[in-house]
Amino acid sequence: MATETTTDFTLDSAAVLAEDEGGPIEGKSPWLLAWRRLRRNYVALGFLLLFVVIVVACLLAGPYAKHVAHTTPNENHLGETFIKDGKKVPIVSKGGFTGTEFKAGGIPVGPQLWHAGGRYVFGADTQGRDVAVRLLYGGLNSLKVGIGSALICTLFALVFALLAGYYGGWVDWVLSRFFDLIWAFPVLLLAIALGTALSIDGFHHAGINIPAGSLWIPTGVISFVLIPYIARPLRGQILSLREKEFIEAATAQGASSTRVMASELMPNIASSVLVFFTLIIANNILTEAGLSFLGAGVQPPNPSWGTLIADGQSRIATAPWLAIIPGVAIVLTVLSLNIFGDGLRDALDPRAKVRIER
Amino acid sequence: MPERLIEVKDLEVKFHTEDGVVNAVDGVSFELQRGQVLGIVGESGSGKSVTAMTLLGLTRDRNTSFGGEVLYKGRDVLEMDEDELQGVRGNEMSMIFQDPMTSLNPVYSIGMQICEAIRVHERADKNQARRRAIDLLKQVGIPNAESRIDNYPHEFSGGMRQRAMIAMALACNPDVLIADEPTTALDVTIQAQIIELIDRLKDEFNSAVILITHDLGVVADVADEIIVMYAGRVVERASTRPLFYDPQHPYTWGLLGSIPRLDRPKQDRLHSIKGTPPSLIRAPKGCKFRPRCPHAFDKCMEEPRLENRVEEPGHLDRCWLSVEEKRELRVPTLAGTEEAA
Amino acid sequence: MVAFVIRRLIGAFLVLVAVSFITYLIFVKIPGGDPAQRIAGKLATDQNIADIRQKLHLSDPFYQQYWGMMQSLFTGSLKSYSSQLNVVNEIKKGIPATFSLCIGAGIIWLGFGILVGLISAIYAGRFSDRVITVLALIGISMPVFWLGLIARYLFAEGHPFSIFPDGEYVPLTSNPWQWFVHLLMPWWVLAVLFIGFYGRVLRGNILDTINEDYVRTAKAKGLPQRRVLVKHVLRNSLIPIVTLFGLDFAAVLGGSAILTETVFQLKGVGQYAADSVQSLDLPPIMGVTIYATFFIVLFSVVVDLLYAWLDPRIRPT
Repeated sequence: MATETTTDFTLDSAAVLAEDEGGPIEGKSPWLLAWRRLRRNYVALGFLLLFVVIVVACLLAGPYAKHVAHTTPNENHLGETFIKDGKKVPIVSKGGFTGTEFKAGGIPVGPQLWHAGGRYVFGADTQGRDVAVRLLYGGLNSLKVGIGSALICTLFALVFALLAGYYGGWVDWVLSRFFDLIWAFPVLLLAIALGTALSIDGFHHAGINIPAGSLWIPTGVISFVLIPYIARPLRGQILSLREKEFIEAATAQGASSTRVMASELMPNIASSVLVFFTLIIANNILTEAGLSFLGAGVQPPNPSWGTLIADGQSRIATAPWLAIIPGVAIVLTVLSLNIFGDGLRDALDPRAKVRIER
Repeated sequence: MPERLIEVKDLEVKFHTEDGVVNAVDGVSFELQRGQVLGIVGESGSGKSVTAMTLLGLTRDRNTSFGGEVLYKGRDVLEMDEDELQGVRGNEMSMIFQDPMTSLNPVYSIGMQICEAIRVHERADKNQARRRAIDLLKQVGIPNAESRIDNYPHEFSGGMRQRAMIAMALACNPDVLIADEPTTALDVTIQAQIIELIDRLKDEFNSAVILITHDLGVVADVADEIIVMYAGRVVERASTRPLFYDPQHPYTWGLLGSIPRLDRPKQDRLHSIKGTPPSLIRAPKGCKFRPRCPHAFDKCMEEPRLENRVEEPGHLDRCWLSVEEKRELRVPTLAGTEEAA
Repeated sequence: MVAFVIRRLIGAFLVLVAVSFITYLIFVKIPGGDPAQRIAGKLATDQNIADIRQKLHLSDPFYQQYWGMMQSLFTGSLKSYSSQLNVVNEIKKGIPATFSLCIGAGIIWLGFGILVGLISAIYAGRFSDRVITVLALIGISMPVFWLGLIARYLFAEGHPFSIFPDGEYVPLTSNPWQWFVHLLMPWWVLAVLFIGFYGRVLRGNILDTINEDYVRTAKAKGLPQRRVLVKHVLRNSLIPIVTLFGLDFAAVLGGSAILTETVFQLKGVGQYAADSVQSLDLPPIMGVTIYATFFIVLFSVVVDLLYAWLDPRIRPT
């Protein structure tokens, strides 16, 4: 990992980085320099790999359910048994007396790993459903909502920030008051309120029809409430960029506003947008989990990591894996994004400090 | 009998960066007597600021390594521990930085920042320190010092801030004042005032000054001796008069030729030194100035030593050309009449 | 200065009105179905529904309904649609628990956040910094409700490493010691995320500030390292943290602690909000939203004032 210790003074970076003796300083694109720094950050790359592995695993939920676990995410297996090491084991225990001791029933089997031929790798839930299968399907939903809302949110925030920052004046005033307003809302409360309200009958306004159980509802809600958190800092960046000479130069040469935005402003905020995007996916996956945990996100029986934890909550004493496993999945996913995002930010940091490696 | 305050011997400063080792300062030597003004001149990246900061131990870092000696009154600064160094900084040697806009802490008043320097080195209560600070501000020419002392840096103009910086540096009556490009960030009209102020205060406070600049014009009137640095090395060293009237190194000619002057005949364009300073990680072989030097020849693949080649004793340079060749070749550069290459 | 405060307070009031109105619209306009029908239940006759409609003025134009609801909220007579309990009283009942949780957690996260940021900045790039960085990022990456569940599963009464009593809020006035022990676990669970986040932000700020010219000046003056670090580096690095803390603390007071309150069954304002949202009970939702927005808006004014006090450059003259 490239360390961040910096020396107490700034060296003329051109002098330090000039490659050839006395020759012209080679032009290196900032992206190439960033890639060079990122390539050396094995921790960040390792966690990026972990994220990719998690995404691929979730994408393979269908084939896994069909060919390995031989079930579907919502299929009940109450009262059934499976074969473990040649013996029949009930999937959800029946209560009653074994000898003289009374045992409460309804306790599902715990994680089998590979002892049951691919079934119940992470155990069963109280309905006898395969936790591993639900984990992958739930992950798929969580990732869809997380990535989808991050995309929508970043896109809208970018457009709003460009409009507000570039045009200024009343456009900026209106958009800024809109950001202030959402900002003033208690975010989680607003999201929960919207999520619950919309989960009853869906959204049927302005020509958009979204049915009640759709994943688009949590996706939309999360994007909406988080827009100002990205739009505000981006607007600030654009405001300061607009004062720069190269924007003036482009305008003076007669470039249209769309052109200035697309080819002058965008490249300069692209690195911030990229970092924000990575970190907002992580944040949105957490928000989705919170919403679903409270019943205001992904609606049952459709699983998500949040609803899986909610399901496991009441069984934490007898079947702790039900809550622990999806939680670990969230932590790993979010952590991988956070660490990669952190590395990305370090690599893209435009301030030309002398970075030192030992 | 002049008292020798500083003696630098073969100073080397290396920074270990992720791109390689930067040889920021490479074998620099000089001395400084009480009452003397030493000018260090060079482009950015020539190692002049690093040299100055090393005198105060400000370049210390776990990624920096040093060689040679920096003797202050016979004690080696490079060997001092943090406590000893703190006793020297601000008290015996103090420093003025280039940009007065950023060199003062924006959240504290000017007075607090000066008093802080006084109280860390001397037994003084708040009131005594404050009175001293007001006196200092008056000495550096700040009007209404009694009320301006409670102002914050952003309420001062650039020139005023640099005066406040000087007051702060002089707070403990130091022996050595190091001024690192003290006028670069200021308006031209203010520049001369600040340099005069430093020169006058040097006498009032009986100290010595190291004046670092990229502009030979700045040091011309005040410096007793001048060192010209290039790529971490001293390329020429002489008293001020010989340096201006008999400059020996082609790089010095370039610097002299780039000063605008009214007395030059038929001057269409200012001289500029072609090319860019070399990499300090992979420096050119031989003379470091060779790739940019219009007069380079075969022998320059080997680096010349810094030695006395002219009649004037103590005038050292690092160039293979004979003294006669130099005196002939430098004429068009200095006169600003050479053909553009 | 006075004009500045007055201007900010007027702005804050307008935001409060706008937020309450939007909340009202969200709940009246967006969800399908008529609140009267929801309240009356599935077996209601048309007459029942009409009665409810009449009683709650649901046939009036929505701005009149909004006005009526705001009036009854501020006179303290607003009642829940479902439980018929007085909204203002219910919020008041929840406040001690919510405040206890938030203030305790706030102290922990600010203190430890600064400590973590300072240590990792001082040892930047070394082993201890990397360990702290990874721990901080894990803290940021954990869903708070999940952490709460796991903490209860591991440390609460009757569980493997029983140290703390399990959940519930004990009023400070009835038993200070029990109040303290009951809140220890929720405090830490709520604080963990913020500690990680503040630690990261402060570390970045400190590393930026260390390279400032004025820090070099402070060193060149011969100040001891500790004084340079505290008076010049930390003092300047903390300014953005103060802003952050004000806004986060307001958000937590205003309902962002919903998840923690729910997991530990603290019966605070957040849990009241969550319960009301689940039954789509408009009056309590309005009440809690106004309560929450009040704190957010109030603290944003406080933060502006604090900021001006901490940074002389933006003091209004």
